[in-house]
Amino acid sequence: MTLGTLPEWAALAPAGVFVVTALLLLLVDAVDVDGDRGGLLAALATGGGLAALAVTVWYLVGGTGQPAGNGAITLFDGNIVVDGMALFFTAIVASVVVLVTLASYDYLHDHPHRAEFYSLTLLSATGMALVAVANSFVVAFISIELVSLPSYALVASLKNNKGSVEAGLKYFLVGALSSAILAYGISLVYVATGSLAFEPVADAITPGGPAVEDSAVLGFGLLMILGGFAFKMAAVPFHFWAPEAYEGAPAPVSAFLSSASKAAGFVVTFRVFTEVIGFVDEAPAVIDWVAAVQVLAIVTMTLGNLAALRQEEVKRMLAYSSIGHAGFALIALAALTGDADQAFVLGSGMAHLLVYGFMNTGAFLIIALGEYWGLGRRIEDYNGLREQAPFAAIAMTVFLYSLAGLPVGAGFLSKFYLLFASIDGGVVLLAVALVANSAISVFYYSRVVKAMWTEEPADDLEITEYPRGLYAAIALALLATVLLLPGFGIVVDIAETSAGQLFG
Amino acid sequence: MFVEFLLVATFLSALVVLAAPDRYAGKLATALSLLPLAGVVVMWTQYDASGNALTGGEIAFETRETWFEFGPYTLQWYVGVDGVSFPLLALTVVLVTLALVSSWTPIDERESQFYGLVLLLETALIGVFTALDFFVWFVFWEFVLIPMYVLIAGWGGPRRKYAAIKFLVYTNLGSLVMFTGLFALVLGLGDSLTALSLPEISQQLLAGNLDSIDVGLLGETVTVDPAALELGAFVLLFLGFAVKVPVVPFHTWLPDAHVEAPTPVSVILAGVLLKMGTYALLRFNFTMLPGVAEDLAAPIAAIGVISVVYGAMLALAQQDLKRIVAYSSISSMGYVVVGLVAFTAHGMGGATFQMISHGLISALLFMAVGVVYNATHTRMVGDMAGLADRMPYTAWIFIAGAFGYMGLPLMSGFAAEVLVFIGAFDSATIPAAPLVTALAMFGIVIVAGYLLWGIQRSLFGGFGLETDYDIGRAPAHDIAPMLVLLALIVVLGVNPDIVYEAIQNAVSPLVENGGVSSGSGTQSAVGALTGGWVR
Repeated sequence: MTLGTLPEWAALAPAGVFVVTALLLLLVDAVDVDGDRGGLLAALATGGGLAALAVTVWYLVGGTGQPAGNGAITLFDGNIVVDGMALFFTAIVASVVVLVTLASYDYLHDHPHRAEFYSLTLLSATGMALVAVANSFVVAFISIELVSLPSYALVASLKNNKGSVEAGLKYFLVGALSSAILAYGISLVYVATGSLAFEPVADAITPGGPAVEDSAVLGFGLLMILGGFAFKMAAVPFHFWAPEAYEGAPAPVSAFLSSASKAAGFVVTFRVFTEVIGFVDEAPAVIDWVAAVQVLAIVTMTLGNLAALRQEEVKRMLAYSSIGHAGFALIALAALTGDADQAFVLGSGMAHLLVYGFMNTGAFLIIALGEYWGLGRRIEDYNGLREQAPFAAIAMTVFLYSLAGLPVGAGFLSKFYLLFASIDGGVVLLAVALVANSAISVFYYSRVVKAMWTEEPADDLEITEYPRGLYAAIALALLATVLLLPGFGIVVDIAETSAGQLFG
Repeated sequence: MFVEFLLVATFLSALVVLAAPDRYAGKLATALSLLPLAGVVVMWTQYDASGNALTGGEIAFETRETWFEFGPYTLQWYVGVDGVSFPLLALTVVLVTLALVSSWTPIDERESQFYGLVLLLETALIGVFTALDFFVWFVFWEFVLIPMYVLIAGWGGPRRKYAAIKFLVYTNLGSLVMFTGLFALVLGLGDSLTALSLPEISQQLLAGNLDSIDVGLLGETVTVDPAALELGAFVLLFLGFAVKVPVVPFHTWLPDAHVEAPTPVSVILAGVLLKMGTYALLRFNFTMLPGVAEDLAAPIAAIGVISVVYGAMLALAQQDLKRIVAYSSISSMGYVVVGLVAFTAHGMGGATFQMISHGLISALLFMAVGVVYNATHTRMVGDMAGLADRMPYTAWIFIAGAFGYMGLPLMSGFAAEVLVFIGAFDSATIPAAPLVTALAMFGIVIVAGYLLWGIQRSLFGGFGLETDYDIGRAPAHDIAPMLVLLALIVVLGVNPDIVYEAIQNAVSPLVENGGVSSGSGTQSAVGALTGGWVR
């Protein structure tokens, strides 16, 4: 089953669904000015996310843009490409959007600007869906901006909350700086190669291709571009905004940023590395890219995990753990050595980001639940949660231990996949760093689990409300995290096939 | 499908019990735990394994299904049992049922959670002893930690949080080290390995297919040759499992965990969890890398003997009855290490038999200490005297168990230790084997010392205990599981061959791999113990 009679541009349908939903939300808000429409808005936003997810999964299963269909679909003179990897990451984004909008129904129950909140979320998701299909530096830059600008507003959306506004400003300043770096890097690449689309740039770089004006300028430009992407991935050295932004932002937004936005950063990085830099083949000898990414991956995961060990606040701890996971996912690039099975290795990062999308969103949604109940931010504030909210305690335990890589959720298998990938690439140190960091992570995740299960609850802990939307979103994330354990084979297949397309 | 039945039945029982009301969770859990027990009894009648599962023997109740392809590797569901794992599996299901009965008295809060977690723990333990694929095995191995951690941290003594986190940190670091060791081997086997099944890994290693590996980062490449790789992997695996066993000097988590854990959890901890370590040592170190094991026989035997003697001396210094039993476990596990490294039929067989025997005896002693504590609310030797007057059955069972520990003939402890000594004495791998054996035997003297001393001070003499509690006879459901254990200990002591034949059958291929011949074919325990008089 391919697109059949649908025109080629229909391959962009997921992004289209996001943007239409975003506009519909604003329309509803404009038409019905003073009705109480929390339910309608949430339903619309979640429905839009589900529709985008359904279309994406349909394409993915049907073979659109994949070898099973007619191969990758290129649009707009090759500036956009819809292939398996693009659809895979769009599916991650859409899943996270569904969870986050569903959870926001309760979280935002007394928020004055709900329509704007949902609309910004979906606009940002539109940007992510476009990042996934970007095949030129211009499209990549614009869509990254489309991801970022709404998310600055989302982080600061609790505008009477000092922390939220502070986080928004910090996020914006660092984001603006990284955008500037990205734009400057792109201009340097243009200077060196005279082109902005990935393919001509790649041709220019390939030995024997058209001459490069100045290879130092090119190398420097690419380095700055990757720095800009590292900001989105929250990888070292552009990671320091993450704890601040995630801590201050409303928890559903933290979930959205740390899962979906990170995935968007990765998809464009994967594409640039495999298609432009050529990475595996004779890369331009300016920089040893493989070694650089190996160092970056190891430093990112170690720094994230060590810093998480020292956190007293659950949200900050998860923020650092999210930096650590960026390091894990970078293994997919770092292990792409000459003798590796390329598709297998790159697929590992994709599969990990998919699983991470569910388990990490789930963990942040539990924090959203805690904020809804007015629990504090510290680990002690979760003491004895088992007594009043056993389901939330079980779900959080599964999410955290799955993040740690224990066999309660699919995080276990995705970490194994990364381990196999680093072994396949023959990079022993990566494998050792992965295992060691996973072991470290058990300890800080266990602190929260311990608080929930073994400590006595504070005397004034009284939970009376069990918000349905949040609970439904958490249950969905839990279901996905656990079911991907037996169903991980399908994910591996899809990830490996999609990744194989890039090397085809 | 028997193994799957055990796993699914136990897991579903755990879920049912978790959802059941506290009022009858204990009885329900015990009743449901009869399912895996019955399953194992049926398996016993149809057991048809021969040889060692890892070296190409016939595996009983084998299932092997491909789960999915993982690039160059196949992940598979692969379970089955042989003469080493089946007795341990039986030990697990028996001890869990008895431990559940022994929990009826001491556990009085959040009961459905407690019993549910114990059944979850049983599921994981069954998995550990039946898994034949490294991947599946590691899942269960790690999964054991979670319910155990919660059980200690949730229902333990005053310092339970410290003890629980110490247990988790030690054993998790152990797993990490072990995991690195095994993956070094996987890396070295490279393309000759298509699945991580334990038999395949082990047969490839024994066939000498280990290649050198290149460790590279930042352009620097170091080549590790196969011999160094084997040595490194062996050491990592040994260190990882040593924490679990535990042997000196990795033992410090054990007394804390035991003292703080509630009695039924101590029973499972001492009875089954410690065996995970020795079982893994046998399966990995001594099966897969026998050559390195022989080269390192001297230091390993030294570690074993030190554990025996030092563990016993630590036990001698304790005042707390539970601590005494806990430290003596370290001593007993030392015999297992000595037996394994001997690479003789009776050494390895006796070591495996000692795992079973110690599982039963230490469980019995922990239960007896627990029953005493339920009544007196103290475990300090100095606090109590003359308990035999008030709690005669408990006291006599305790004494019987203690004699089992000391190696009274016709009890399983005697058979196990003598077999280990016979095996170690003849060993060609251990340097100065007779001397080393003699040193290890000295441990028994110390055991007799602290147990007799403890019994004499706490159980005999005039009754003396300052307490507000009314001390009377223990309820029948506390006594019953101890009597069952005692019966098993005596039965195995009178005729060890009930399990020893299967064990011999499974370890004899390993002895041959060790390259040291010590008589051919499988050996009988009764024959060894009676100098051939009976046969």
